[in-house]
Amino acid sequence: MAPILEINNLFKSYGSVEILKDINVSIEQGDFLVLVGPSGCGKSTLLNCIAGLEPITGGKLSIGGRDMTHVNPKDRDIAMVFQSYALYPTMTVAKNITFGMKVRGVDQATQDEKLKQVAAQLQIEPLLNRKPGQLSGGQRQRVAMGRALVRDPKLFLFDEPLSNLDAKLRVEMRTEIKALHQRLGASMVYVTHDQIEAMTLATKIVVMKGGVIQQIGTPSEIYNHPANLFVADFMGSPAMNLIPAKTRANGKGVEIEIARSTGGPITLVDTKNKDLPEDVIVGVRPEDIADASLRGGEGRQEADCLIDIVEPAGADTFAVMQLGGKHVTARLHAETAAVAGQNLNLAFDLGKVSYFAPETGERLN
Amino acid sequence: MTDLSYTSPQSGSRTAKIVLRWTLYILLGLFALFYLMPLFVMITTSFKSLDEIRTGDLMSLPRDVTIDAWRTAWSEACTGIQCEGVRPFFWNSVLIAIPAVLISTLIGALNGYVVAQWRFKGANLFFALMLFGCFIPFQVVLLPMARMLGLMGLAGTIPGLIFVHVIYGLGFTTLFFRNYYVSIPSELTKAAKVDGAGFFRIFWSIFLPLSLPIIVVTVIWQFTQIWNDFLFGVSFSQAGTQPVTVALNNIVNSTTGVKAYNVDMAAAIIAALPTLFVYVVAGKYFVRGLTAGSVKG
Repeated sequence: MAPILEINNLFKSYGSVEILKDINVSIEQGDFLVLVGPSGCGKSTLLNCIAGLEPITGGKLSIGGRDMTHVNPKDRDIAMVFQSYALYPTMTVAKNITFGMKVRGVDQATQDEKLKQVAAQLQIEPLLNRKPGQLSGGQRQRVAMGRALVRDPKLFLFDEPLSNLDAKLRVEMRTEIKALHQRLGASMVYVTHDQIEAMTLATKIVVMKGGVIQQIGTPSEIYNHPANLFVADFMGSPAMNLIPAKTRANGKGVEIEIARSTGGPITLVDTKNKDLPEDVIVGVRPEDIADASLRGGEGRQEADCLIDIVEPAGADTFAVMQLGGKHVTARLHAETAAVAGQNLNLAFDLGKVSYFAPETGERLN
Repeated sequence: MTDLSYTSPQSGSRTAKIVLRWTLYILLGLFALFYLMPLFVMITTSFKSLDEIRTGDLMSLPRDVTIDAWRTAWSEACTGIQCEGVRPFFWNSVLIAIPAVLISTLIGALNGYVVAQWRFKGANLFFALMLFGCFIPFQVVLLPMARMLGLMGLAGTIPGLIFVHVIYGLGFTTLFFRNYYVSIPSELTKAAKVDGAGFFRIFWSIFLPLSLPIIVVTVIWQFTQIWNDFLFGVSFSQAGTQPVTVALNNIVNSTTGVKAYNVDMAAAIIAALPTLFVYVVAGKYFVRGLTAGSVKG
């Protein structure tokens, strides 16, 4: 079967400013594609290009196997949820949801039936006669979803739909969107700058920066094998520790030497990788540095480090130290004995370590 | 409106506060009286007989209230050789003002909608030129406009005056609507496009229903401008199509012998009544519309 969305060599520029450069993405039926990146990376522009709201400068775009490069938004068989929800302020919730059908000339009976169905699905029946101004943020969000759902399109587009909600509601709606995706089996493209949203929702993530795709992959690929320093730094919270280090080949693998704020350098041995250049940046996730007394075990290598700051966060405690001249965060067990200003024996797990070239930022292993 | 949230900077004793508050009221009252004085004189004079005006005091109330002056002003006063009062001219003004206001408001709304929500190449230049139109002194365009009306066969006609007022109103109406629509998030237009609505559908179903405050502002503004206009009225009309402002001028300036102040005053009030009426009826929307900012979805 043809991919539900296929983008080939897409370029987009405003005058002489290139916003999107050579974008190639394709997703299958049922995929949840998340476009993620910092502000101004072009992710929303890309979504608008998919929707047909922005003409593209070059390349080809097809939805459901049909070339849609120059097709009007209304004929692309898509539905879109906007950041501001973009509910029509003078229409009731019911009219908001049925507006599209009314424009397309769907008969009244079908309209009523679909409205009822969607309202039940989103539990917004009591709101149908209200105006958007009388709704709370979460309710508006639901209505915006309803307006998209009622269309039953080939492709759903979401433009940062949760960013106007408060933190608690955002997590709730996130779960709800995920449940909706599983229930409908629909294909979705979702734009966000929140990497946690990207990780939790996506079946496939596209990380973008400056209009260029940095990496495409499943959440676990992106998290465990970031393609470059930017992706490594952007995805994950707290961010991956990126520590400058020297390597030295030995018989079994490589020795990695990391400068420490007090005492001599730490030397860790990685037996899985070899052929590394002398200068590398070592990427270690905070959860791969543990309190040795609480979580030792196989493959872990211990070293004493001076802890600068301890940040208890409930389930975890974060400890910050200086390694290789950088702040390094370790995600420790809540019951850790770490005390600021004192040494702690830490266990490093190199099982999922990443190496990057300092000059290019590209991944080495 | 009665809530004057004025607090003295050095919130001293209670009496000091009360004195201050009353000083303020009295001062405001005096200003109000001062502003209302001309209107008072106009109204009282219009109800006096000519004898009483000659012998009495300008500020005094009429001894014998008479509406003769009003009747004369409405249907008998001479505007040059014709002596039919302001009535026919009043209807001319109505025939000019109502279509001109409606057409210029509607086109202004469409213009504003395009400039604010359907950005096209050169939209900014277009808008700048429209704005420029607001600041052109009307005297500059009199001759070209007269020539143009002549070419169009509209010279001296009521449709001609409507045309002139629509053209010169567009700058302002476009400005009003553009500034109002620019605060409406463009995502609304995008959502409607995805829903399948076209240019006019979006305007009609989504933007126009949102526009009541700015429509009121524009209508008041345009109505006042067009109704009170004298220059275009006197330049582009002929006998029979003159608006009420021109008639008023003729009544006041073409009398010979004794000046009928009471008739002049009555005619002036008649000429001013429609704008007064519009302000009283829609005034609160006017203020609300001018200050209305973003529309929250």
